[in-house]
Formats: sequence, structure tokens, C-alpha cells
Amino acid sequence: MLEIEGLSKHYPGTAAAALDNVSLQLEGGEIIALIGPSGAGKSTLIRCINRLVEPTAGRIVLAGEELTALRARELRRARRRIGMVFQEFALVERLSVMENLLSGRLGYVGLWRSVLRRFPQSDITRAFELLERVGLEGYADRRADTLSGGQRQRVGIARALMQAPELLLVDEPTASLDPRTARQIMRLIHELCTEHKLPAIINLHDVPLAMRFCPRIIGLRGGRIVFDGPVKQLDTTVLTQIYGDEDWASMAGEQADDDAQDDVASGAAVVDRGRAP
Amino acid sequence: MNDAALRWRRPPMIANPWWRAALWLGVGGYLIAAVGSLEINWQRIVAGMPRALEFVQAMAAPDFVSRADQIIDGVLESLTMTLVATVAGFVLSVPVALGAARNLAPAPVYLFCRAIIAVSRSFQEIIIAILFVAMLGFGPLAGVVTLAFASIGFIAKLAAEDIEAMDTRPLEAIRATGGSWAQVIHWAVKPQVMPRLAGITLYRLDINFRESAIIGIVGAGGIGATLNTAFDRYEFDTAAAILLIIIIIVLMAEYLSGMLRARLR
Repeated sequence: MLEIEGLSKHYPGTAAAALDNVSLQLEGGEIIALIGPSGAGKSTLIRCINRLVEPTAGRIVLAGEELTALRARELRRARRRIGMVFQEFALVERLSVMENLLSGRLGYVGLWRSVLRRFPQSDITRAFELLERVGLEGYADRRADTLSGGQRQRVGIARALMQAPELLLVDEPTASLDPRTARQIMRLIHELCTEHKLPAIINLHDVPLAMRFCPRIIGLRGGRIVFDGPVKQLDTTVLTQIYGDEDWASMAGEQADDDAQDDVASGAAVVDRGRAP
Repeated sequence: MNDAALRWRRPPMIANPWWRAALWLGVGGYLIAAVGSLEINWQRIVAGMPRALEFVQAMAAPDFVSRADQIIDGVLESLTMTLVATVAGFVLSVPVALGAARNLAPAPVYLFCRAIIAVSRSFQEIIIAILFVAMLGFGPLAGVVTLAFASIGFIAKLAAEDIEAMDTRPLEAIRATGGSWAQVIHWAVKPQVMPRLAGITLYRLDINFRESAIIGIVGAGGIGATLNTAFDRYEFDTAAAILLIIIIIVLMAEYLSGMLRARLR
């Protein structure tokens, strides 16, 4: 499905490589969490896949197409097949929720049609369906900057799914959310990926969340993969390998605690108490 | 703790007391020398007094009537010049602003657009007007071109600064959906900068009206030309009427543009 081979990235003017000879393979429908300390290269790796960041070396192949060899126009075509969800939502704040969703179809619609907001009815129908699915029914004409953090991330997820992508890239989806909303968002992403059999690579700095929602974990440190395996194998030795020394056991109790609370609030349509705009 | 340790004064900006004293002495000496070098001719001031009085009296009794036709023509001409120049300036400044934003344009385009802005901003409107009057002849056309040219630098510079300060994450997001360059501009840049761009343009509209009164004096048409004629004829009462009208229109323009800007958020 997705194959990354010998991927490296050097940012000009920095001594160490952000990514150093990274290789990994992703099967259809697989959900991977990418964990590692800040600066380990998680964001860079994700952005190299759709070439928002231009890799220095290596090959990336998505369903038989070599993304790293594409020229500008073909690259835009390829990007339509890859959905992306961002850390701080990256919505266009002054546009409505509907417009933000429809922007997921820009790769398929010509400039003038997009300027005049004349999207095909099928796109609009799909947008309404997705809004309902992520629990934002009736929000279509609200301006994005009036939404809470959790609601904005739901819009961000729906925008990515508007593309009907073959691969979902998710960059720290919960970093600016409170713990409870973070869980709801991760659960939503997990459910949607399972429903659509959509493979996803998710950057997460929150290890308990990663362990709960992602069957496979990849640990990055200093731009290299130091762990790649099923979540069961992720023990304190591995965590120390990824993050360095820390008393990993002491956090375990707290996790069980908010699990119990969380189940009361399951389902996507719960009103968020995220941060105010 | 004793009292001495609790005393606090703000630390001086210049730590060395000698430098502080020298700075004060330097400033004082410069002021004395500057005032001493003024050549004030009291005789001329006394001789000019009656005319000044006449001027003040005329101001107190403005005459709107005897040159009413010319005043109306001048005002309408100025308003037309202002509007045409602002619209033209806005249209021309949008591409320049996009090119002058470091986060959107490649280096050569950036430098070229910044150069346009620098040229447009480095000359006062009167100087540009003298140039265009020489090139295009007397009249409002030279005025419109002058104001449009000056508006480009003003609007493009402020808009470019706003573009450079915008949130780049939505741009990344639109690019990630497969959107083209033009779609990124329309979907991610425009919504972010439009309110401010409209505000800048409205602000430039009332600057342009004020400037249109000034550049008329060098022959670029509008109410300024009428004002200049009135002064040349020593018709201070008509001049006073024109000045009052300019003040009222500027106040109205400022009030209106302020109101509109408050609505665009």
C-alpha cells in the first residue's frame, strides 16, 4: 500500500539530519502511531509523504505510484488521494464549516468553479453526510472561528475525508485539545479509519492514546526508527529506548481512571467543552 | 533588613553618569544654537499683520456663493479623481502585494515587487504630480495617475505586511488537498487578508481625497486647483469656503470609512 525506502531529510543550515534513512511499509487498513520525543522527525516524516516537505533522499511509493518522482501537476493529483489532519486544525477561520469541508475537493474542481462555490451536488451531499457522521449536523454555515477546539478538529477530519483518500496522514491531532476531547477525537479517527478501511499514520506525543487506538507503533528518535512493532511489544524498555530514562510505571494508574469517565461520553455527537475560539 | 537595602529606584537607561550629563549638555547646547540661528525679521511680520488680519476676517466670513459653480465643479472633480484612483490603485496593488510577501513569492519576484513599492513610496505626492503634469498636461488625468501610483505603494506595502503575518497552516492544508497555487491564494490567503485589505483601501480613499486637494495646486486638477485660483485672486473668503468644504468632506470620509472598517471583521 505505502512503501517508504531510505527516506532522509536534511534541513539546510542544520547539522543533524531530521530523518535518517527511514524505511517502513504500511498495509491496507493499518493504523500506525508514530511516537517519539519532540524533534525526532515525526512531523517531517508525515510531511515528506505528501511532499509538503521535500525529502533529500529516498523513495515513497503509494499504491504503485512513486510520489517522490512526481512533478508539480502530477503531485497535486497524487495529493488528492492523501488526506491530512493537522495539529492546530489548519482551518480557514473566516470561512464557514461547509466551505472548509468543500476545500477538501479543490483538487477535483477547477479554479473558477471553486471561486464561485459551484461544487458538484455529490460533493455537497457527501459534505452533509460527513458533518452528520462527525457530529456537527446543522453547523454547515457557522464560521469556523466560532467553533471550539474539538469541533474544529472534527471539521479538520471531515475535510480530509472529503477527499475520499486512500491514505490518511494525521499530525498531532490532539496536541491542542483537553484530555477528554483528545480521546473523543482519537476514537473518531479510529472509527472512521476502520469503517473506510483507510490506512493512517498518526503522529502522537501521547503514548497512552497511541497504545489504546493504534495496533502498530513506530518509535522515532533522532530521525531514525528505533522501534516498529505491535502495541503489545511496547514496554518500558522500548519506551526508554525511544524517549530516554523515566519512571514509566507511575503513570499507569491515572490512565485507568479517565477510561471509566470516558465511556459515559462516548459517541461522536457529544458537545465539546474544548477551548473557546 | 535595613532601610538602605529596601530603597529602590529605576535603574537609569544610560549607566554611566558622565555620559548622562554629557547627553543633557549636548541636547541643551543644540537647542540654544538652533534658536539662535533663526533669522526672524520683525519688520516683515509687522508689515504683514494687516494682510493676516484681512485673511482671518475673510475666514470668519466664508463666501460660498460668488464662485459656487467653480467650487461644485472642483469638489465633484476631486471626488471622481479620488474614487477612480483608489479603485485603480487597489486593483494594481493586489498582485504587487502578493509578490511582495516573502512567504508567497520567490526571491526575484519579491525583490521586484518591493522595488515597485519603494519607488512609489519614496516620492511625495506633489513631486509625482509635477512629474505627471509635465508628462500628461494639466488637469485631472495627471491627478488620477498620481494618486493611483501613490496608492499602489501604500496599499501593497501594508497588505504585504499583513500577508506575511498571516497563519500559514491553512495554506499548507489547502496545498495538501491538491489545490493549485491560485486556489491556495483564493481559499487560504484571501479570507485571511480581505478584511484588513478592505480597511487599508478605505483608509487610502480618504487620504486620496486630502491629497487631491493638494496636488491641484501644482496643476493636477480637482478642488486644489480651485483653491489655488482663489488664493491667486486674493479671494480669501472663497478660499475659506473651500477649506471648510474640504474639512467637512474629510471628516465625513473618515467617519464613513471608520464605520465600514468596524463592520469588516
